[in-house]
Amino acid sequence: MRITPDEAAHVAHLARLSFSEEELQQYTGHLNAILEYVAQLQQVNTDGVEPMSHPLAIANVFRQDEMLSSLANENALANAPQKDDGAFVVPKII
Amino acid sequence: MSDLTRLSIKELHDAYRARDISPVEVTQAYLERISSVDTKVKAYLTVTGDLAIQQAQEAVRRFESGEQVTPLTGIPLGIKDLLCTQGVKTTCASRMLENFIPPYNATVVERLNGQGAVMLGKLNMDEFAMGSSTENSAFHCTHNPWDLSRVPGGSSGGSSAAVAARLCAASLGSDTGGSIRQPASYCGVVGLKPTYGRVSRFGLIAFASSLDQVGPFTRDVTDCALLMNAIAGHDTKDSTSVAGKDMDYTQCLQKGLKGMRCGLPQEYFIEGVQRDVREAVERAIAALKDMGCEIVPVSLPHTPYAVATYYIVATSEASSNLSRYDGVKYGFRASEYANLLEMYKKTRSAGFGPEVKRRIMLGSYSLSAGYYDAFYKKASQVRALFKRDFDNAFNACDVLITPVAPTTAFKIGEKTADPIQMYLNDIFTIPVNLAGIPAISIPCGFDGNGLPIGVQIMADAFREDNMFKAAYNLEQAVGGIQNWPEP
Repeated sequence: MRITPDEAAHVAHLARLSFSEEELQQYTGHLNAILEYVAQLQQVNTDGVEPMSHPLAIANVFRQDEMLSSLANENALANAPQKDDGAFVVPKII
Repeated sequence: MSDLTRLSIKELHDAYRARDISPVEVTQAYLERISSVDTKVKAYLTVTGDLAIQQAQEAVRRFESGEQVTPLTGIPLGIKDLLCTQGVKTTCASRMLENFIPPYNATVVERLNGQGAVMLGKLNMDEFAMGSSTENSAFHCTHNPWDLSRVPGGSSGGSSAAVAARLCAASLGSDTGGSIRQPASYCGVVGLKPTYGRVSRFGLIAFASSLDQVGPFTRDVTDCALLMNAIAGHDTKDSTSVAGKDMDYTQCLQKGLKGMRCGLPQEYFIEGVQRDVREAVERAIAALKDMGCEIVPVSLPHTPYAVATYYIVATSEASSNLSRYDGVKYGFRASEYANLLEMYKKTRSAGFGPEVKRRIMLGSYSLSAGYYDAFYKKASQVRALFKRDFDNAFNACDVLITPVAPTTAFKIGEKTADPIQMYLNDIFTIPVNLAGIPAISIPCGFDGNGLPIGVQIMADAFREDNMFKAAYNLEQAVGGIQNWPEP
């Protein structure tokens, strides 16, 4: 499986990254080398093997639905690149 | 006393109790050493001198007032710069978080504070913990204290170098595919990756959440047990941390290994392992045999697929975890953009370094429509086979003994051109993370260039007791390290 610079550009868009033409060539080359390397996984027989997404056999860890302390608004906003009136500011989207 | 920085945690604690020395003197000794030696090693990204003195004074007060003290009260530590420290810059060695000041502490940091430990500063690493050499730090490379032209390993290279160069008494790091054990091996210190779920990940800046685990770097096995006692345990803020498995790790440090079964996985003793490394590990195995261990040959047949499996699983999780860096809530934001989409793209492209972008690309590709089954799902199935391999092995033995890395520390710049060569360096450490089991690296000798070699001891999930027992006895047998480097 090989990926073309156009496909790499599509993946970059999905990941919200942008590259120059030169960078795109370079990343396409690296990705192809890595994809070639990981292709060896296709040799492993995994028929009937349940995928393992996590080392622990746990699911849906619940706690009591009670009020706990949380970050104060000003602390949550302290690192914001742009803020106004207790809110994060982003470029206009509508 | 010029040698305060040579004392182990245990020795410091005994001396504090006896009022022979004070935490303030020791903290000052470390801060002085940081100002003279760290210009060469470059282990720290941030030194918190004033805070450290303040915490040391508080420790003095605890000792003098007869208040409760613990083995870590007044002990000067370094913290990898991906553990959130309230009010202290936490950069993950990335431009993206260059000015990020967390509004809360990671649970492990909170626990150390509760014990009265002293924080000397934040330690360098590969950006977002992605790398095996600390060369991917956005700020600077850390140098190996045994040979400044070589890497300290990675991604927790600052944490290992600082302990070896006596720039802190011990440190914390994180291990996703070997990021504690490999740098520990390269720097001749003890490094432990605990069982997945033993130590809270709350406040650990995520790389690959199903693999990441926090652990200690120390100069001996006893100190490692002391740090584990402080940081391990269930945390309601991390739903993957496990309750009811606590133990006193110092109780595992018992002499005698008679009857312990040590497994040697044949797939770890292969061509391509540096001769000095193989011989040092073989000497460690002989020492275990002399102490009455039964040596059992075992097989972990999927080992050759470790790197391929890991680079799909870890990058997939990373691409998802790192989507949070969008220039909105915290961190870097590009200065010029026409709309929201452009803001995201310019922010992320300028904020992340090349290796991080490479991994986000691979992960996004593996998870994208049409490729998910061939990549992420397939890798997750092979991952299950790794777990099965270990389950079978631990039916036949109590611990597994292997090399940590195929070679000793390599030269700075030697492997940066070829990502796959760099990745292959992690082949012996990755399987442990895939299966979620614990493993420790302890020093077991030196190569012809005087560079330290580590041996890895793995145990079944939540069986750190076996691992500590083997490590403690092996350390006694091979002698540990007495002559720390003077960079």
